[in-house]
Amino acid sequence: MTSPTSTSVAERTWARYTPQQRWKRFATLLVVTAAVVWAVESIDIIWPWVWDAPAQVGDLFGRMVPPDVSNLRAILWALVETLNIATIATFVAVFVSLPIAYIAAQNTTPNRFTLWLGRFILVSSRSVNTLIWALLFVAIFGPGVLAGIIAIMFRSIGFLGKLLGEAIEEIDRRPVEALEATGASRAKVVLYAIVPQVIPTFFAVGILRWDINLRESTVLGLVGAGGIGVILQGAIDTLNWPTVATILLAIVVLVVLGEALAAWLRRKVI
Amino acid sequence: MTDADASRVPDSRRHWQKPPFIANPWLRWGVVLGLLLYAVWAISTLPFDLDRISQGMTRASRIFSGAFPPNFARYELLIDGFLESLQIAILATLLGLILSVPIAFMAARNIAATPIYLLGRGIIIVSRSFHPVIVAILFVKAVGFGPVAGILTLTLYSIGFVAKMLAERIEEIDRGQVEALRASGSRYIGVLQFAVLPQIMPRQIGLGIYQLDSNLRASAVVGIVGAGGIGSTLMNAFGRYDYDFALAITLVIIGVILVSEAISGRIRRSIG
Amino acid sequence: MLRIQNLVKRYGHGEPVLRGLDLDVPGESVVSIIGASGAGKSTLLRCINRLVEPSEGSIELNGLELTSLKREPLRKARRRIGMIFQGFNLVDRLTVMENVQCGRLGYIPYWRAALRKYPAEDIERAYHLMERVGIAHYANQRADALSGGERQRVGVVRALMQQPEILLADEPTASLDPVSSRQIMELLQTLSQELSLPVLINIHNVAEAREYTQRIVGMRFGKLIFDGEPADLDQQAMDAVYSGTSETTQAASDSAPMPMVTP
Ligand SMILES: Nc1ncnc2c1ncn2[C@@H]1O[C@H](COP(=O)(O)OP(=O)(O)OP(=O)(O)O)[C@@H](O)[C@H]1O
Ligand SMILES: [Mg+2]
Repeated sequence: MTSPTSTSVAERTWARYTPQQRWKRFATLLVVTAAVVWAVESIDIIWPWVWDAPAQVGDLFGRMVPPDVSNLRAILWALVETLNIATIATFVAVFVSLPIAYIAAQNTTPNRFTLWLGRFILVSSRSVNTLIWALLFVAIFGPGVLAGIIAIMFRSIGFLGKLLGEAIEEIDRRPVEALEATGASRAKVVLYAIVPQVIPTFFAVGILRWDINLRESTVLGLVGAGGIGVILQGAIDTLNWPTVATILLAIVVLVVLGEALAAWLRRKVI
Repeated sequence: MTDADASRVPDSRRHWQKPPFIANPWLRWGVVLGLLLYAVWAISTLPFDLDRISQGMTRASRIFSGAFPPNFARYELLIDGFLESLQIAILATLLGLILSVPIAFMAARNIAATPIYLLGRGIIIVSRSFHPVIVAILFVKAVGFGPVAGILTLTLYSIGFVAKMLAERIEEIDRGQVEALRASGSRYIGVLQFAVLPQIMPRQIGLGIYQLDSNLRASAVVGIVGAGGIGSTLMNAFGRYDYDFALAITLVIIGVILVSEAISGRIRRSIG
Repeated sequence: MLRIQNLVKRYGHGEPVLRGLDLDVPGESVVSIIGASGAGKSTLLRCINRLVEPSEGSIELNGLELTSLKREPLRKARRRIGMIFQGFNLVDRLTVMENVQCGRLGYIPYWRAALRKYPAEDIERAYHLMERVGIAHYANQRADALSGGERQRVGVVRALMQQPEILLADEPTASLDPVSSRQIMELLQTLSQELSLPVLINIHNVAEAREYTQRIVGMRFGKLIFDGEPADLDQQAMDAVYSGTSETTQAASDSAPMPMVTP
């Protein structure tokens, strides 16, 4: 182990890069510079506003202190609602994603058609952002928690299904073969040889997604899909900055606690 | 095995139960009961209104019939929106990468003094706790609608991720190299430059490409609250009930995200 | 009674791996199959329980033709054929008892399998067999907590739980240390007598084959070229099985593990 490392370090002190490497680095640098120059040159920005931005941001923060806690009850209730949205949506999505992962995994899918169907569902769910899903469901169901839950579910299914599908594809084939050899039916082979191997991933991705969904639920309200975002939007619209500050602090607390809980659960379960 | 045999066998040999996940029965049933109560309560707080759902179905069919076929007639608007998203993503990635280096050093336990360490960690935690959309809405209020708010938002978003990864990397760098340079009497900056930076550079490039990809995605979202880019275009189309244009935009967003993901994955694999 | 006639197996469009192989195994005998790597030993065993589809020929187990079976009848036939694997092929995250009960999956209804409510007589039988091989105290342990030799015992019990009419063992001792390896071979030998069960064992260790089995079958290039008692397996027969002159054999022996050569 030690000898290859030391030779490469020695080579590096002689001539740090081979000519080809040097050329590649130069080309990369050129591309990056060109991209940045293009972006700065052509972006539609009123530059005086940019120079003014630090002052404006500072001013905004100035107006936020001291935070106003008179609405704390409503804020706490909104936090609980946020938590419920994330939890219910994650719970449902985990179970919905199971059959989709099953048909989207190459080694378990019944046939080519189901494989592509599964992959299509996963890709479309994953590439549309939660907020865009929320826009759609608010338009359909009207503003409220329901639209939020469904939006989070739709986005989570792709995430969970993709990771679960990969876990299914990576299972050890040998127990599967052994159980097939005992004359067990397909459904029982899935139950005994595939499910146990995928369970750790199932919990891990479920917890991970719950953590992500908690963050996403905090912004659903900005498009009217429930949770703490609704009162945040209200406070911003009425320029009630001290309340905004309280809400922001509440969000930080929620997210940090959620992350801690997720980490604890992960240790406990896996 | 005959019946006579079976009757002689003690009961414990004829029953088997999988060892439960939580050994203590009180705790186990407590957890089950707690989860059940929470589920019932959480679902009861939902405003389930069959009326609204059935209305929603008719509205859904109206939206979908309005959205098909997608309308690409205003493709110029679409392209402008995308170029702006790309510009936002590039500038935010660059700023984020540059700013995350000092913050990562501040947040690395093995390098920074405790008060600085806490400050660095604090910046990272705050910038990671807030969804970029919340940050965007604040910046929009502070600096007005448009790409500046988007760039500021995504810069902060990049710092949260890149600085965190980088700080972790710095914390696990080879102490031997640092010690060696310290022993040879190099000054502090020298230590950073020759012992630490070479070890973190490859990681920084990989993170940069990853971050460009995720900034491009995020720029589509922060636009929804007015921070410029394709998201703003989408929001406008939605607000004007131009569902066919909105679908066209969404389809293009999906396409671009898939392509960008593929490219970014490829580059990151090729640099290893 | 297992009767294999003119068995041919071709993977894809390549050269056949089994070329018209005939083999009869009457009840309660232990047969070892020896042969160089690539001779087709695993393929032969896997054709019997149809983990591999035979291309031509017939395989009859106690009068039932196995090669033409499909779906349900195939599953029913597989229940009667136990298999033991080189890598044990246990489900690591399940308990030993669950692994052992996997051998009953073909017999019990789905809800019992799902709820782990195994029939009392299956549990009793499992305890009996686990005691017989000395792993009963591990019933509630996870399979991956056991040592290699213990894991292979779980594999043996799983196969026996099927109440098989024949046992197929594909290099059952190749992943084990010498002591566990001999214990497993001894176990297979005595179990075969106790349960009057024919056992087919693929094995590379010729010494063990001689010691624990009454009949040795030598394979080369998909055909049987030796069939007799251990005493009949003289140097000449060994040469015929292991060191042919053709290129294939050469290649096979090249790929066999060599002692490290230090410059
Ligand atoms: N699934 C498969 N697809 C294609 N060829 C295969 C497959 N399985 C085995 N073969 C080929 O069939 C030949 C016989 O393989 P087999 O595994 O039966 O040999 P073996 O006698 O068991 O060897 P070993 O002692 O190494 O286990 C080999 O040349 C192998 O490459
Ligand atoms: Mg083999």
